Amino acid sequence: MIEIKDLHKSYRMGSNSLHVLKGLNLSIKEGELVAIMGSSGSGKSTLLNILGMLDEADSGAYNLDGVPIKNLNETKAAKYRNKFLGFIFQSFNLINYKSAVENVALPLYYQKVNRKERQEKAMKYLEKVGLKEWADHLPSELSGGQKQRVAIARAMAAEPKVLLADELTGALDSKTSYEIMDLIQEINDGGKTILIVTHEPDIANMCKRIVHLKDGVIVEDTFVEQVRALEYVQ
Amino acid sequence: MFSRDRWQEIFQTISKNRLRTFLSGFTVALGIFIFTVLFGMGNGLKNTFNEFFMDDATNTFFIFPGRTSMPYKGFKKDRQIEFRNDDLEDIKKDFALYLDHITPRISKSALARYKGESNTYTTRAVAPSHQIMEKTIIMKGRYINEKDIKDQAKNIVIGRLVEIDLFGRSENALGKFLEVGGVIYKVVGVFQDDGGDNEERYIYMPYTTRQLLDKGTDKIDQIILTYKTDIGYAGAMAFDTSLFKYLKEKHKVAPQDQNGIYLRNTADIVKRNMMFANVLQWVVIFVGIGTLIAGVIGISNIMVFVVKERTKELGIRKALGATPASVIGLVLQESIFITTIAGYIGLVLGVGILSIMGNSFKEDYFITNPQVGMDVVITATLILILFGVIAGYVPARRAARVKPIVALRDE
Ligand SMILES: Nc1ncnc2c1ncn2[C@@H]1O[C@H](COP(=O)(O)OP(=O)(O)OP(=O)(O)O)[C@@H](O)[C@H]1O
Ligand SMILES: [Mg+2]
Repeated sequence: MIEIKDLHKSYRMGSNSLHVLKGLNLSIKEGELVAIMGSSGSGKSTLLNILGMLDEADSGAYNLDGVPIKNLNETKAAKYRNKFLGFIFQSFNLINYKSAVENVALPLYYQKVNRKERQEKAMKYLEKVGLKEWADHLPSELSGGQKQRVAIARAMAAEPKVLLADELTGALDSKTSYEIMDLIQEINDGGKTILIVTHEPDIANMCKRIVHLKDGVIVEDTFVEQVRALEYVQ
Repeated sequence: MFSRDRWQEIFQTISKNRLRTFLSGFTVALGIFIFTVLFGMGNGLKNTFNEFFMDDATNTFFIFPGRTSMPYKGFKKDRQIEFRNDDLEDIKKDFALYLDHITPRISKSALARYKGESNTYTTRAVAPSHQIMEKTIIMKGRYINEKDIKDQAKNIVIGRLVEIDLFGRSENALGKFLEVGGVIYKVVGVFQDDGGDNEERYIYMPYTTRQLLDKGTDKIDQIILTYKTDIGYAGAMAFDTSLFKYLKEKHKVAPQDQNGIYLRNTADIVKRNMMFANVLQWVVIFVGIGTLIAGVIGISNIMVFVVKERTKELGIRKALGATPASVIGLVLQESIFITTIAGYIGLVLGVGILSIMGNSFKEDYFITNPQVGMDVVITATLILILFGVIAGYVPARRAARVKPIVALRDE
């Protein structure tokens, strides 16, 4: 599903440049649930942004579902993001003047799905994250956990091939975090490929594979026995 | 681009972001409103000006006798010059080439009385061609005619307001007899005049009748004449010079004497008035452009603010698959929509205020019938929309180019 080879990325800041990713190789198959760990500043978000086509690598190859991602213009990138990828952010990034269901329906709008179908699909995914009754509420009327559920529903609504989540539990308490991870595991059980950036070991252990980044290189890449989040819920 | 979905998306952003909508809409509406009102009032000033100064015939000389200030050919200074009927005849004879119409005018104020009502008016004893020079409009009856002059008839033509003053609104003055300065005259006509109220309180009579009543004198107060317009401005100035010289010669006034005879040539005045009217026009245009520029600056600032405020939202949309074109389109279409609606509101309010104002500021502020041409206002609105688009496009394009991660970065 995801194939990267010798990926490099530097940030230029004035005269000096910061080499963040120093030749990464990684292969992720369909249906995997991968945690990317590492200390702060190790390049986790950078990697995820490149995988999400929100940013570009300086060199190296990246194949997403067999499609080489290279020299994309903004329009192409937008289309691929819409078709292949769903994002979940630490700070939710919901549009504050849109209700929960409208937020979930937004990626479908950019897929040119008609209004009625958008509404139906959005409701279906809201129901999946258990927020059907909250459909008409604004983000400001929802708790952090509920907001993240809406964000997950939104990421799912476009029916992408891969879900990318950057510190999706970073703004939540541990109980809510486990509920969210339970939802993520459920989605993964359905076959969706999911990448999660985190620096919390307990969250990472709820994934099936942990990739450790340090100083821009992968220092450890292990498959683990998945801890089910449901055990910690209630 | 203009799909129903897009419009629904825009209506939602508009209605959910009231402050933003209000700010940009208000600026545009205010700009167009002020533009319309100022432009309309400017036009009103111009109208007043035209009405006051362009009302009378413009190819006119006024000639008054004065008192000499120099001795000349055996006459002492301080001699009162007087015009007589033969001056009219001589001018007619010797300047036939230039002359169009000529009339004497003898002004005198007199008490007019009809039944219980009385009032003092200025009477003007004139020849028939006076009508052309003053652009007097006959409402009913007729003006003084040649037969009145020949017969020294006791016929008068009264102003519209004289009729209202003395006869009331219901009674018809035509054919009635009016006592003016102790003499009974028959009213043969009622006139109106665009030159304002004062011009409608005159009483006209044949100059020969006046002279008869003044013990058979042939003295006249002043001579008014119009020249043929095809002689042009240069011809008028030449006519002016030679007529002035001719009259001074005839009445034995020293050529350098500034005071013996006065000749006022409206060709000069008209030229000055035209210049003033042009200056007014420029002031109006200047004010209009000024307000438009202020409006454009306002809308530009607001668009920058709007796009900045939306950076994060636009970043989210891009992460969800919005193309740069759709981001630009969303911002622009919203701004065009608001600008158009707001411009229209400003226009309607402005035109409304102007029509409420109507002529009520005429007396105190010299604003007559303030109006704006639809073409002018629509052009102004289009300019504002255009600049709103440009002002929105630049930041919208920048926002569309910003990488989503930059827009989404938590600060
Ligand atoms: N846009 C940017 N411009 C310059 N430097 C950047 C930029 N984004 C990230 N960096 C730098 O690159 C390095 C890696 O950043 P990145 O955000 O990938 O770290 P991270 O592993 O996600 O850290 P954290 O756990 O704190 O989120 C950091 O040193 C950061 O300062
Ligand atoms: Mg990070």
